[in-house]
Amino acid sequence: MKGEDQPPSRWVQECWEPFVSEHPERMEGFQTSSGTPIDPLYCHDEESPGPGEFPFTRGIHPSMYRGRLWTMRQYAGYSTPEETNQRFRFLLEQGQTGLSVAFDLPTQIGFDSDDPEAFGEVGRVGVPINTVDDLDQLLDGIPLESISISMTINSTAPLLLALLLALAKRRGVAADQIRGTLQNDILKEYIARGTQRFPVEPSMRLVVDVIEHCTKEAPSFNPISISGYHIREAGSTAIQEVAFTLANGIAYLDACRDRGLDLVSVGRRISFFFNAHNQLFEEIAKFRAARRMWAKICRERFHIEDDRACQLRFHTQTGGSTLQAKEPSNNIVRVTIQALSAILGGTQSLHTNSWDEALSLPGQEAARLALRTQQVLARESAVTDTIDPLGGAPFIEHLTDQIEDAAMTIICEIDERGGMLKSIDNGSIRRAIEQSSYEAQIARDSGAATPVGVEEEGEIPEAPFKVDPDIEQLRRQSLEKFRLQRDNSAVTAALLQVEKTATGSDNMIPVLIDAMEAGCTLGEVSRKLSTVFGETQNHG
Amino acid sequence: MDRSGPIRVLLAKPGLDGHDRGIRLVLRALRDAGMEVIYTGLRATPAHIVKAAIEEDVEAIGLSSLSGAHETHFKEVSRLLEQEGATDVVLFGGGIIPQQDVDQLRSIGFEWIYPPGTTLDKIVSDLTSTLRPTTSRNGDD
Repeated sequence: MKGEDQPPSRWVQECWEPFVSEHPERMEGFQTSSGTPIDPLYCHDEESPGPGEFPFTRGIHPSMYRGRLWTMRQYAGYSTPEETNQRFRFLLEQGQTGLSVAFDLPTQIGFDSDDPEAFGEVGRVGVPINTVDDLDQLLDGIPLESISISMTINSTAPLLLALLLALAKRRGVAADQIRGTLQNDILKEYIARGTQRFPVEPSMRLVVDVIEHCTKEAPSFNPISISGYHIREAGSTAIQEVAFTLANGIAYLDACRDRGLDLVSVGRRISFFFNAHNQLFEEIAKFRAARRMWAKICRERFHIEDDRACQLRFHTQTGGSTLQAKEPSNNIVRVTIQALSAILGGTQSLHTNSWDEALSLPGQEAARLALRTQQVLARESAVTDTIDPLGGAPFIEHLTDQIEDAAMTIICEIDERGGMLKSIDNGSIRRAIEQSSYEAQIARDSGAATPVGVEEEGEIPEAPFKVDPDIEQLRRQSLEKFRLQRDNSAVTAALLQVEKTATGSDNMIPVLIDAMEAGCTLGEVSRKLSTVFGETQNHG
Repeated sequence: MDRSGPIRVLLAKPGLDGHDRGIRLVLRALRDAGMEVIYTGLRATPAHIVKAAIEEDVEAIGLSSLSGAHETHFKEVSRLLEQEGATDVVLFGGGIIPQQDVDQLRSIGFEWIYPPGTTLDKIVSDLTSTLRPTTSRNGDD
């Protein structure tokens, strides 16, 4: 049947055909199991912008998943670089298409594994990486030029970037071949995640140093991933997640503009990271609204004319805080719904949580099942065969508009109060998140929003996975050996240079790369930086 | 112990873990229930926690960890309390704590280990019924 449901001819001619002639779709012609043809886009309005067109409500690419599926990127890391390397290889063998490194807390905050501050935390929630040798072991057998690597690292993002670029040099890989993402989003650490080390001002300088260096030297690398994920996990609503994340984005673009960076180059490399919770339609609408809002912010507020630089590209992770310890296999169903929302919302990459994460770090079988969940959605559900399939549905469009309006109101209020940096500093963002978290808990405790299965009789099962506490000792030995083999005078000279540069205003990254190549450790460089920058207060 | 007046509690995040959503909810619930609560903030050391507990003369200490560091830090807090002779302080904890570790934590003095999914009422009523048994109305409000 022909008629108004055909893809609009204007979009087909101006956007879709030119793109598809260069980037063919996954297959020749899509159809349902009954043989009904499936068009790339369904739309009642000839003139409204389609996917690949500003403001990208329906997706950033003209062919979306008909061209290429999202990147399946499972966050992993624990114990030692060697053990995590084994998990990475396992995930790649199972069909994962990108890597995502979970670092342990000492690495995230800038302490070596043998620092007294690291006691009890080494290798627990991620992998310890202190030296170029550690990173080399972590990525052993993994080609830097063909596998993209995402790193969840913030306070010490400049150091991990330096380690990665030093490793690339060691392996003879050019910096412009490196693909991947640094989280490098310090602002949400102060309000939601808690791995901040330095005060806001020097931290913002380091964020911009990373962005500046990458846009110039490693242009295929995403130097920042502005994260709503942790804001949501800390208890915010979906609307606050969008508002606070985009407000942080505005603060970063302001800082890049103040540095004199070209906002087109920066805009093209900025990426985002969102959460996906259980309420399917609200989540789908959230992703669509965020995309449209960011495009408008870039155009109207920052006068970025380049369309690509206005695209909100994002990674999604399913919601850790929605997982239950009681009857934990029910979590597989929750993760499936959440993953579906991210796909219907047009995500560029996706992490699906393992069912056992309310009990411990994921075991290998649970990690495989989480990846399989994405693969079933990708290959068997056919939700990928037409673009933004829910676009145009009255409820979805209403929710999209409503989230945009409400989130924009919050952003305007933040502007009126002097901007995000000020609002973070005076605690108002934390208080707003906390209030939402409290209201959600009351709804849950009162029975109004109690998850399925949690009130049933029965014990919480044992945790399937445990990190060997002896690895702390192993790490101490390996660092001791590393320090014996290096040229200590070169280390001292490099640390002096770090201190000197930190005191001035030059970009820190080249000096940090030199320091890592000279054999400095992450902890030594962080300590040096903290003598210049000071340390942040830990909110009580 | 037969203290009267508001129950005094210290809440703490030992180690480097930044997950404070849960402990902040507990903080608010205990305060709403009329208790006097001191919260250390992130990255408190066991020595700092025990010192603060003694100085503030608290009757209970609640520790939160979602990073796996409970194995070292919860034990250390319990050991230091014993060393200081403050064994009458009631210990409790919560977070991502494997079921297989719970018995061991109980054996070193942790009265309750709260898993994800615990209601705030449960925590309030456990503390009230243990520390103010005579005035407790058995777990309401």
